Amino acid sequence: MSYRFLEDVAPADIAFEARAEDLPRLFLAAAEATLNAMIGNPEAIRFAVSKAVHLENTDIEMLLFDLLQELIYHKDAGRLLLRVRRVEIEKREGRFFLTAAAEGEPLDSERHERRADVKAVTLHRFSVQKAGKGWKALVILDI
Amino acid sequence: MGRPAALKRISDSAWELPVTYKTGMRVPARIYATEKLAAGMDDAVWEQAANVASLPGVVKRSLCLPDGHFGYGFPIGGVAAMDIAQGGVISPGGIGFDINCGMRLVKTNLGRAEVEPSLGELVEKLFSAVPAGVGSSGFLKLSRSDFRDVAEQGARWCVERGYGWSEDLELTEDNGCTPGADASKVSERAIERGFSQIGTLGSGNHYLEIQAVREKDLFDADLAKAFGLFPGQIVVMFHCGSRGFGHQVATDYLQLFLSVMESKYGIRTPDRELACAPFDSPEGRDYFAAMTCALNMSFANRQMILHRVREVFAEVFRAAPERLGLHMVYDVSHNTAKLENHVVGGETRRLLVHRKGATRAFGPGMAGIPERYRLVGQPVIIGGSMETGSYLLVGSKEAEEAFFSAPHGSGRTMSRVKARKLWRGRDLQRDMERKGILVRTASWSGLAEEAGAAYKNIDEVVEAAERAGLCRRVARFTPLGCIKG
Repeated sequence: MSYRFLEDVAPADIAFEARAEDLPRLFLAAAEATLNAMIGNPEAIRFAVSKAVHLENTDIEMLLFDLLQELIYHKDAGRLLLRVRRVEIEKREGRFFLTAAAEGEPLDSERHERRADVKAVTLHRFSVQKAGKGWKALVILDI
Repeated sequence: MGRPAALKRISDSAWELPVTYKTGMRVPARIYATEKLAAGMDDAVWEQAANVASLPGVVKRSLCLPDGHFGYGFPIGGVAAMDIAQGGVISPGGIGFDINCGMRLVKTNLGRAEVEPSLGELVEKLFSAVPAGVGSSGFLKLSRSDFRDVAEQGARWCVERGYGWSEDLELTEDNGCTPGADASKVSERAIERGFSQIGTLGSGNHYLEIQAVREKDLFDADLAKAFGLFPGQIVVMFHCGSRGFGHQVATDYLQLFLSVMESKYGIRTPDRELACAPFDSPEGRDYFAAMTCALNMSFANRQMILHRVREVFAEVFRAAPERLGLHMVYDVSHNTAKLENHVVGGETRRLLVHRKGATRAFGPGMAGIPERYRLVGQPVIIGGSMETGSYLLVGSKEAEEAFFSAPHGSGRTMSRVKARKLWRGRDLQRDMERKGILVRTASWSGLAEEAGAAYKNIDEVVEAAERAGLCRRVARFTPLGCIKG
């Protein structure tokens, strides 16, 4: 799994493309990219706090949208920087169910290299698509 | 793609796309720009302005101002007025995620020579008093219940508790409290995201600057006098919005509107980010009430920042803020939808005017302008990049064609990701210091993203707005000290 920030999309904001061999890893990559838009060194985050995330949606794209919004919510509500460590996605009766484990700690400006205060996930060009044998997602974060 | 072939030049600073340009357009789309700015507009602007022209209830024309660039749904710089009696819609995409992102301009009676020796201390203390960047929280400790009061009462809540002067309310758009707010229409998530953030700047293009007025940059002596400006004067300008609270309100209602727009109201839009509902519907009215809470929270945010600015100046210059002349010039909103009366086809109609990355710019004599400015017009504050400068302008009668709207800033021309590759924050800070601008930032990469060359030329944007009759120049301000998130 991987992600890269895109230069020529959304001049005022931050766009990225994530790729992975399956949907859970794609969601992990997109979550890591969102965190990396907030701080330059996600690897510096210590795992002091755990959050279990349970989401459901009829649309796989909106399920990713919901997961990324969850990270933005915790960044503001508890000043928490969370790394998503594990994602499971199930489909039952036309709905997608996501269970994720996220761990992290409150922002520490001494250790965390602050970047942007991400406002929201936008739906502009937002997509989750099959790409060859794997999956890719395009996400634009409002800054 | 470039400029659309159907684009027609209608004056030296305005262009129009006819209703035949795109299926579904109900009115033309007008873009205000000089030849040079039009040549540099990103392609998305033409398409997005045309998409906005297809929304139900839109009257006269959709607009994009000279600082326009790609946005979500509406372009940044986009304006559209909807007739609410004719099924006109309200759209979060016409307001933006940062509801009531706006500008506040504060004057002083200090001259440049008095401030420059203390500039380093001033910048340092402001950086510490006004938290900036990701993860920052304000000094005001509120309960969730208090926060709901703030959302309904705006800057008035702050002034009643000693965080400001009563004249501050007179000099704030809508007196710092837009009517119609109802905190019961706001989600708990929105409150959780915002209740500790009052008095914080945020990041991105938000800033607090100490600026100077150069004699050659006062364009109209009478207007400058009306606003209390003089050559050599130091002013303070800041730009910020409703923080996580407004962002969550926008996200919540964008999702709600997507779920009902077509199934309940039969509305289809060419872009998901144009999701909307009739203003006169349960969802439309609820969003208006919640969005107005975010407008008010933002007025309160800027009011608390002003309070901190006054405290810092008082400490550094060892004098009361009143003696230092720290009076507001004005506070304007950018990302809003407001009910206003406008003349359409010879009759006055009640319209919902969406302004996204656009400033209300009422002309002389109009209601809604502080009494002391009523004869000259509404102050319009346009923020430039941190390396160039900013402007004070005044609304004009000719802006009726644009629902009395003016630009809000320079407008970006380069992506943040590209800017980050071209500049290093620490180098930029040193370069700016050599040019006489002291900068403190919460983020080096964030600073690099805000390099002056990533923006349009503010002077060209302002010239285009003036030539189009949207507003008139009063003064240009030169940055001396800058706080960035």
